[in-house]
Parts: sequence; structure tokens; C-alpha cells
Amino acid sequence: MVYSYYPGCTLKTKAKDLDRYAKECAKALGFELEEIENWQCCGGVYPLGTDEIASKLSSVRALNEAKVKGQDLVTVCSACHHVIKRTNDDMKNVEDIRTRANNYMELEEPYAGETTVLHYLEVLRDRVGFDVLKEKVVKPLGRKIGAYYGCLLLRPSKIVQFDNPENPTIIEDFIKAIGGEPVIYPYRNECCGGYVSLKEKEMAGKMVDRIMDSAAGMGAEELITACPLCMYNLNKSESANKLPVYYFTELLAEALGLKEEV
Amino acid sequence: MQRVGVFVCHCGSNIAATVDVKKVVEMVSLEPGVVHAEDYQYMCSEAGQARIDAAIKEKGLTGIVVCSCSPRMHEATFRKAAERAGLNPYMVEIANIREHCSWIHKDMEEATKKAVVLARAAIAKVNLNAPLQPGESLVTKRALVIGGGIAGIQTAIDIADAGYEVDIVEKTPSIGGRMSQLDKTFPTLDCSACILTPKMVEAAAHEKITIYTYSEVDKVTGFVGDFTVDIRKKARSIDMNKCTGCGVCQEKCPSKKTPSEFNRGLNTRSAIYTPFAQAIPNVPVIDRDACIKFKTGKCGICEKVCQAGAIDYEQKDEIVTQKYGAIVVATGFDVIKVDQYEEYAYSQSKDVITSLELERIMNAAGPTKGHLERLSDGKHPKEMVFIQCVGSRCSDDKGKSYCSKICCMYTAKHAMLIRDKYPDVNVTVFYIDVRTPGKNFDEFYRRAVEDYGVNYIKGQVGKVAPQPDGSLLVQGVDLIDNKQILKKADMVVLAAAIEPEKDVRRIATMLTASIDTNNFLTESHAKLRPVESPTAGVFLSGVCQGPKDIPETVAQAGAAAVKAIGLLAKDKLLTNPCTAKADELMCNGCSTCANVCPYGAITYETKEINDHGIRETRRVASVNNALCQGCGACTVACPSGAMDLQGFSNRQILAEVDAICR
Repeated sequence: MVYSYYPGCTLKTKAKDLDRYAKECAKALGFELEEIENWQCCGGVYPLGTDEIASKLSSVRALNEAKVKGQDLVTVCSACHHVIKRTNDDMKNVEDIRTRANNYMELEEPYAGETTVLHYLEVLRDRVGFDVLKEKVVKPLGRKIGAYYGCLLLRPSKIVQFDNPENPTIIEDFIKAIGGEPVIYPYRNECCGGYVSLKEKEMAGKMVDRIMDSAAGMGAEELITACPLCMYNLNKSESANKLPVYYFTELLAEALGLKEEV
Repeated sequence: MQRVGVFVCHCGSNIAATVDVKKVVEMVSLEPGVVHAEDYQYMCSEAGQARIDAAIKEKGLTGIVVCSCSPRMHEATFRKAAERAGLNPYMVEIANIREHCSWIHKDMEEATKKAVVLARAAIAKVNLNAPLQPGESLVTKRALVIGGGIAGIQTAIDIADAGYEVDIVEKTPSIGGRMSQLDKTFPTLDCSACILTPKMVEAAAHEKITIYTYSEVDKVTGFVGDFTVDIRKKARSIDMNKCTGCGVCQEKCPSKKTPSEFNRGLNTRSAIYTPFAQAIPNVPVIDRDACIKFKTGKCGICEKVCQAGAIDYEQKDEIVTQKYGAIVVATGFDVIKVDQYEEYAYSQSKDVITSLELERIMNAAGPTKGHLERLSDGKHPKEMVFIQCVGSRCSDDKGKSYCSKICCMYTAKHAMLIRDKYPDVNVTVFYIDVRTPGKNFDEFYRRAVEDYGVNYIKGQVGKVAPQPDGSLLVQGVDLIDNKQILKKADMVVLAAAIEPEKDVRRIATMLTASIDTNNFLTESHAKLRPVESPTAGVFLSGVCQGPKDIPETVAQAGAAAVKAIGLLAKDKLLTNPCTAKADELMCNGCSTCANVCPYGAITYETKEINDHGIRETRRVASVNNALCQGCGACTVACPSGAMDLQGFSNRQILAEVDAICR
């Protein structure tokens, strides 16, 4: 199975591990990620202004590219996934945005939300299957791992339709599949502070400390995330309970024997 | 041609503010057949009806059209007025220029035009009306009450006390309903069981009341005064005549792991069980899904220990068919599933419970024998937080749009009882509004705040986070202080919204009783007929109609009983003459009409027909007027145009359409 792949900027700079292991693991699991040519930055934040159209166009280009190839579009970064998934929903359901974006793009055939957008974790869950993944694991991790979802993967739940936003299970199921022991802690779906960390360092610091304290208190030894921004913020934590944070693809690679050691 | 009179009502300003009534009078006067037209402020009033009376007599009217509100509101009023003046009541037509016109339009000119068109259609129809005579049907002097909670029990007792036979059908093994699960009742704090169980006993002992527990209504046919109902008595696996209720079988039953429905799953019960000690009847049932004998064929301990020989593994469901004149729906409610509100961690922590679960915990016969303790570790809590409006008053489609009405009061009750019994426990209540309309209700709530020191915080809770030490961190907001609150609690209690019992949609469908988007049964008129369903002969008792507390439920139960008694007291009912009629000359006996008839009112007979001088024997449709409800399905289905609805004939309806399109 070949998927169109949208890596996003951070995966080419700060979060190279997220990208590299995603692609390597895909091969090991029997699917391929074909990077879209000339993809552009998703903008990093879904634009809430209803009259804002320019910042949605890069997502529409990527979506249309996948449509032309007849492939589903896979993302790894939570923020890119969030922006592209929501833009796709706009193209499907919001007539005004669809019309204006198509007028601007002048595509051969107008784009109307036909592409299916999948997060890498959804590919593992729904296409590969966690049971199949489990069979391919050569080095079960055996560690206590806390899933850190953050907000962008889960919300708004009606549009992203990723998992139950208040009690998600997909990353826990992933952790089980790679032989780890998931640790449930209540702040796993709470915001890390996002871009607030640029302006209000103290507030963002409190938010990540609370996440760390909660995860460590419930017995987690490490955290995994799909989001480079969450990773950045969590690593800034000054909590005495600070845990190491990894991208989920790193641990996937480790479990599949594609990586020596974390 | 009829001599038609048209009466245009202002309905105060309801119609006249949007429709130029004088113009309507002027325009309809020009219609064929109209010999009289006038307008009046309130046509339904005594003075208005007197005008109709006078016009009929003076002008020799043979048909009238009233341009007013919906026929559902006042058709009967105007038919009676016409009848008093010597006119056949079916020579009255209503043009609905209120709900269908003035209430939904703003532009006077357009609304006036539409009112004229609606009036024209009614005039065209009344020109083709023929006098109709209602038939009669007998009333079966027996009532069915569906649901054996406090609503059903009270309705049954009231009907039975008036001297009529009543059957209660209850789907669980005992009557008692939700009220039997409650510990104490507001605002007087009397024990629920102490006031309910005597009522249960009274119903069971009443010579006019028959109780079918562990039974369901399977099928309903017929109509007001003459319903036929199939009641399925589910196999109890116990001979009710032999069982003495000694309880030994329940003690000895080795399968004890089924969550107790009565205790909301907080503890377990045996496979052979009565839901609670005061159950009526005091006869257990075997839960065949849990019973080892039914699952594996082995065991049979209950049969061995039963001195009375009452255990009957072979028992089968039994259908009882009974006729009723009136049916009262009293199916009650359940609380919503709160696991869709994961932010409150209900499914993640045993110490987050619903208020109904707290009732069981506070009850001396409950799973903790009435001791307030955490279900996770059995420890006595020091801090309790109550969260109001969980799933009530929601603007999203996850919850209910309505206020569940009882939660403010029972939360105040819980808070007060806990502070009274355990002064060491701090109680905090998060609320949106505190709603306490009701006799002695606000005084009750203020006692909780002022005398018992319950801490009320106006604001909602965003998250309940289970902590590593086993406590719960409640994250909320205080809207009055405008600050975020982080509060450590040992237990959190959710005031979950209430919703109609799941079965109600199935029952409403069988009764053709209408139901709203929230699955509450609709009353015939929100203000003036609140305990009657729009379906004749069906009455509503308790929460199946809308959220209510116990006093309101009991009051409504009595009201429903009175309405049912009013029906049962009659020997005969007039039947609707607007029934289908087959034209034997045109009928080809194809059976299409019989196939679409939802009431089984059409049969076929073979008879000799004189078809324009040619005598031949044919198979033709015949309508039973007592069964026909006048729905008109057959008239549409009939391929040869032989079927017609009296009072709504194809000719009349097409005349209306023509008048509208003219």
C-alpha cells in the first residue's frame, strides 16, 4: 500500500527522528510513504478567521495532490494533521470556503474534500492493525509509558474523529502493541501550552509541569508524543518529576528492531 | 349549492395584527355559495358562538367556514355551536389562518392573501360536504397501566378506587420503580420506602387491581374504549402460586456475580433473585443468562432447596390477551449514561458516582449498608464535590437540551443529609443555577446553605483528574469570584440528566401515541390537556411525559386516573364518521386497500352487484366502521378509485386544491 505523505516543516528540521523512523517503520510494516512534491508549510495553526483563505491553500494543494494520485494522505505531526484534516472538512462541507479556494487554485477539477486524511497512528490502528504490529515486534519494550496526546490530535472531535477526546485509547493501544505498559494519567489530553510558551513562559511552564507530575505520579517512566511543539514544551519542564519524552515513531522503531537504543 | 356562512376570527391581535380580517370578509363574500360573512374579535367566545348561531338561523345556512386557529384547538367547539343551531356538525370547516398564516408571516398584504386562499379552499370543500352521523361503540370497563412505579401505582389505585378493574404491567420483577431505589425524599426528608411500600401493598391487595410483573406489552390493537392488548408474561421460572418467598433459593444460588440492577451495579446479586427485600410480589425470578442450570444444564440447587417445589425450569413465556377501555402510560425514566462525559472521569474512577448511585450508598439496605464510603478503598470521605447539570441543559447534541428539574433539589438533599450525619465531611456543589420552584423547596435549599454550611459555587467543572494518591482533583471555575478553582475531593457525585425509559419509543409506536425528539410522550395540549395523549384513550402519568419530582408525579397520576375514569364511566362512545367507504360498483376486489390498512378494518365479501342493470357476483371490499380510523391510506392505494373517505373525499380535496390554485 502506498500513501501520499505530508511530513511538514518541523520534521525536516527539529523533528527529523519523527520523520525518519516513520518512513523506515512503514517499510517494515509493509506500506510506503510517498512524499508529496513541493509541499508547503501547513501554517502550523488552523486559521479560525472565516474570511481567511490564503493560509488554507497549502493544505488544499497537498490534499489535491493526493487526490490526483488516488492515494490517502498520511501525516505524522499533530499540528499538520489538525490543520489539514480541518481544512479538508471545510472543503467538503463549507461551500463558501470551497468555492473561494477553488476559484483561487484554478485546478483542472475542483477539489471538494475527496481525499481521506489519516494520521500515522490511524494507519497503524485501522489499516495495519495493532494485532499485526504486535506480531512484527522483535523487541517488546516492557517499560511503563505514558501517552501524551495533547489537544490537536483529539479536538474538535467531531471533525478530526480521531478518538474519544476525554478518554482516548489509541496511543495506549499502540503502547500495548509494541510491548510497553501504558500508564493512564488524567492530564494526557490537556494542552501543553502550545505557542503560549513564546510569550508567557511561566504559564506554559506550569502547564507542562502539571502534565509531568501527573504522569510521573501515576508511574510513567517516559512519555511519547506525536507533536514537535508538545515535545518542545515538555522538554522545557522544570518539574522534579520531569520524564524523558520521545516521538512515538522512535519507540516504534525500537520495538521493530530498527533502532539500537533510545 | 350550499348556503355558506364565513366567520373570520381576530383572535385578539393573534390574527388581526397580521391579517386584514375586513379584507378577508370582503373577498370571501364574492365566493360561490357564500351568503353571509362577518368578522369578530373572539369567535370561540360565547358572544362569537351566538353570532354563528344567529346567522345559521337567520340566513338559513347549510354550511359554515370558520377562519380561525388550528382545528385541533377549536373544531369541536364550532361543531357543537353549529349542532346547537340545528346544523349537522360535519357541515363545519375550519380555515386555519393562525398557525398556518398569521403566526408564521410578517407581511400583512401577503398574509391576507394567503388567508383568503385558505378560506376559499375551505369554502370549496364545505360546498361538497354532506351531513355525517357518528356511530356508537361500547366501552370496555377496564384500564391498563403500563409501568409499576409510583406513577403507575397511584394511577391504578385511583382508578380501582372508583370501582374499575385495572391491570398494571411492569417489566421488572417487582413494582416500585425508581422511587424504591431512593433513600430519602425532598423536601420533608421522609424515607422513600416508608411512604412507597404501603402504596405497593395497597395496590397488590386491591381487589380491583391485577399486577403483571416481569411482563411486557407485546401488541396493542383497537381504539379508544375498545383496545385489545397482548401482555407477555416472561418466563419467571418460578410457579407464583407455589412460591412462599422464603428466600432460601437466593441464599443457596452459587451464581452470585451478576451486577445488581437495583443497586445500579454497585454490588452483585444471585441468578435467582428478587430485586429488593420489600419486592412485590415477593417471588424471585431466574435470570436465565446468569443461571448455571440454564447455561450448562448442571446445578439445579434452587430446585433442591425449594420446600414448596416452586422452581420450574421448563416455564415458558405466556401471552395474556385482555380488552381495555383506557390505557395509561407510566413508563418513567432512567438516568443517562455518564460515560460520555469522560472529563468527569466516571469510567476512570470508582469514586466518581451518579446521584442515583449515592442514593443506594446512603440507603441502609444498599451495598454499603448506608455508610458513606469510597467505593475504591472503603474509606470515609472528607471532601465531597457535587456537579450539577451533567448532561442537562446542553447546547450540543451530546446531552439533553432540557432541565431535568429534580437535580437541584436532590443535590441539596444529599448535601444536607451528609452534613447532618457526618459533620466532618465538607460538601461543595458546583451549579449553573439553583432552581427550586415548588412548595417549601427554596426554604429547603437555603437550609442546606445557611444551617448546614454547604458550599455552593456558581460555575461549571471542566475536569476531574484522578490523582496518584487516590484523591480526585476537581478543576472548575467560580463565576462570581471570577477565578479558577482547584479542589481536592475524595468523592465526586454527578447529577446526571434523566431521560425517558428506553422502552418508551416501542410502546408509543404500538399505541400510535406521539413522542417528542427527547422521547418524552407528547400531551394533547401543553396547557389544557397535559395528561392526555393526542391518541384518544391513551393517558400519561409521570416522567414519561416530562421531568417531574414525586409530588408532581403523584398529582399527575391522579389526573390521568380521573381522565381514564371519565372515559370508563361512559357506556358508549360516539365514533368518528369520517371513515373509508368502498364504492362497490368500482371495486375490483384487488385487496390493495386491505394490505395497506394499518387497523385491519377492511375485509372482503362476495356479493351480487347490480352494475347498471347487469347483475353479477363479485368480490368487493367492505370497511368496518368501528375499526377504521379514517387515515386515508386505502383511498390513496386504491387503483380504481373505489375507496373514498367520508368527509374527506377525493372530490372534496381536489376542490380545495383547485380553489388554492385558482
